[in-house]
Amino acid sequence: MKNIIKKIYLILMLFYLYAPILVLIVLSFNEARSRVVWGGFSLKWYADLFRNQMVLDALKTTLVIAFSSALAATVLGTLACLGINRMRRFPRTVVMGINNIPMMNADIVTGIALMLCFMAFGVTLSLQTVLLAHITFNVPYVILSVMPKLKQLEGGAYEAALDLGASPVYAFFRVVMPDLMPGILSGFLMAFTMSLDDFVITHFTTGAGVNTLSTLIYSEVRRGIKPTLYALSALMFISVLVLLILINVRPQKKEMID
Amino acid sequence: MGRKSFALPYVVWMIGFTIIPLAMIVFYGLTDNTGAFTLANVAEVMTAEHARALWLSVGLSVVSTLICLVLAYPLAMILKGISRNQNSLIVFIFILPMWMNSLLRTMAWQTILSNQGVLNAVLSFLGLPTVRIINTAGAIIFGMVYDFMPFMVLPIYNVLIKIGQDKVDAARDLGANGFQTFVRVIFPMSMPGVVSGITMVFVPAMTTFVISNLLGGGKILLIGNVIEQAFTSGSNWHLGSGLSLVLMVFIFISMAVLAKYDPEGSNVI
Repeated sequence: MKNIIKKIYLILMLFYLYAPILVLIVLSFNEARSRVVWGGFSLKWYADLFRNQMVLDALKTTLVIAFSSALAATVLGTLACLGINRMRRFPRTVVMGINNIPMMNADIVTGIALMLCFMAFGVTLSLQTVLLAHITFNVPYVILSVMPKLKQLEGGAYEAALDLGASPVYAFFRVVMPDLMPGILSGFLMAFTMSLDDFVITHFTTGAGVNTLSTLIYSEVRRGIKPTLYALSALMFISVLVLLILINVRPQKKEMID
Repeated sequence: MGRKSFALPYVVWMIGFTIIPLAMIVFYGLTDNTGAFTLANVAEVMTAEHARALWLSVGLSVVSTLICLVLAYPLAMILKGISRNQNSLIVFIFILPMWMNSLLRTMAWQTILSNQGVLNAVLSFLGLPTVRIINTAGAIIFGMVYDFMPFMVLPIYNVLIKIGQDKVDAARDLGANGFQTFVRVIFPMSMPGVVSGITMVFVPAMTTFVISNLLGGGKILLIGNVIEQAFTSGSNWHLGSGLSLVLMVFIFISMAVLAKYDPEGSNVI
C-alpha cells in the first residue's frame, strides 16, 4: 500500500515536471499557429526550422556561448579548486563565500550589475559581454562539482607518484585527474545546461542584434511565438534524452558482463 | 598538489566580474544624475506603487517556497529510496527539462492554464467546474513552483542520501516508530538541505520578472518587473539600482542564513 502511494506520487510529480514539455512537443506538430486550437498534424514547422535564418543564428549563438563559457569555466574553476584546497581556513572561506555570490544572487541583480559595469568601463554590449557574464555564473557550479571530488582524494597517491620519479605535471594528469574527472565532467555539463537555459543575465548583457534562443523567444512573446521554436526545442530535448539514455544504459551492461 | 597561485586567475575574475559590478550597483543606487550622493532612489521603495510590488513579491515567493518544500520533501525521500546508482537518475529527471527552454516551458503553462486551455478542457470533460486562473497571482505561484522545484528537490535529496541507514536502524532499535524516527532523526539531520532549498527557491521567486510577465498577463507587477522596466523602458538606472539595493538586503539575509547551515554551499547542487 505504502509503495503504491509512493509510486503514484512519483508519477504525479513527473507528470507535473514534464507536462509543459509534452504540450510543447504536441504544439510543434500543430498545423495552426495558435497555442489553444488544434489545426491538424503537420511537419511544416520542422521544415521551416531549416529555412529560418534567424532561428538558426540564435541556435548557433546559444550553442557557441554555452560551449565556450562552460569550457572556460571548467578550466578556471578546476584550477581554482586546486588553489583553494591549499589555502588556509580564512582566505578559503572568503573565496568560497564570494564564489557563492553569482549562484545565490538574483539573476536580475547579477545581470544589471554586469551591464552597469560594462557600460561604465566603455565596453559595448555584444556577444563577448554575454560570454564573460556566462563564464561568471558558470564557474561556481564547476567549483561545487569538483571540490567534493578533490576532498575525497586519497592523500598519498600524488606524493607516491612524485617519489617514484613522476614530474608534478605528469603525476597530476596520470594520478589526480582521473579521480577528478567525474566532478569536472558533471561541472561542465551543469555549466553548459545553465548557460543554455539562461535568459535574465543574457537579456541585460547582450548587445543589439545578438540573440540567443532565450532572448529571441522573449522578444517574440508579444507577437506570438512561431511554432518553429517549439520544433527546435523539441528536437533539442529529444536528442539530449536519447543521449542521456545511451550514457545511462551503457554502464549497466558493463556491470552485467563483469 | 597544486599551489595557492592556481586560484589567482579566478580570484582576479571574481574581483572584476562579481565584486566591482556589485559595487557599481551600490554606486548608481546611492547617487543621482549629477553623481551627488542621495538616498532618494532607495527611498522610492516606500512609494505606494513600489511598496505594493515589493510586498506582493515577498508574499508570492513565501507561498511558492512553502508549496515547493511540501511537494519536494516527499519526492526527495522517494528518490532516495529508489536510486541506488545515486546521481544519474536524479540528474536525468531534473536537469533534462532544462534543455527545453525555460521561457517556452513557462509559456506552455499559459496554454495549460488559460481559460480555454488544457486544464479547463479536462475539468469540463470530467464534469467539474472550470477555473479562471491565468493572469492571476495563482498562475504566477504555479509558475514559480514549477520553475524552481528542482532547486528544492536537489539539496534535500543530496542531504538525505548522506544520512546512513545505521542512524535510522539505531532509532528503530531504540524503540522509535517510523513517524518518530522521521521527526526526531531524519528531518533534523536534513535541515541543511532544507535551508539550502528554501534560499535557492525564495531568491529567484522573489526577484523574477519573467514569470509574472508570462503568466500574470503583464498586469501584475512584482518588484522584478519594476526594476526591469526602470532599466529597459524607463532608462532610469539610478532608480533601478536603488531598488536592486533593497532586493539585495533580502538576498544577503538569505545568504547569511545559508552560510550558517551550509558554509561551503556543498548541498546546493
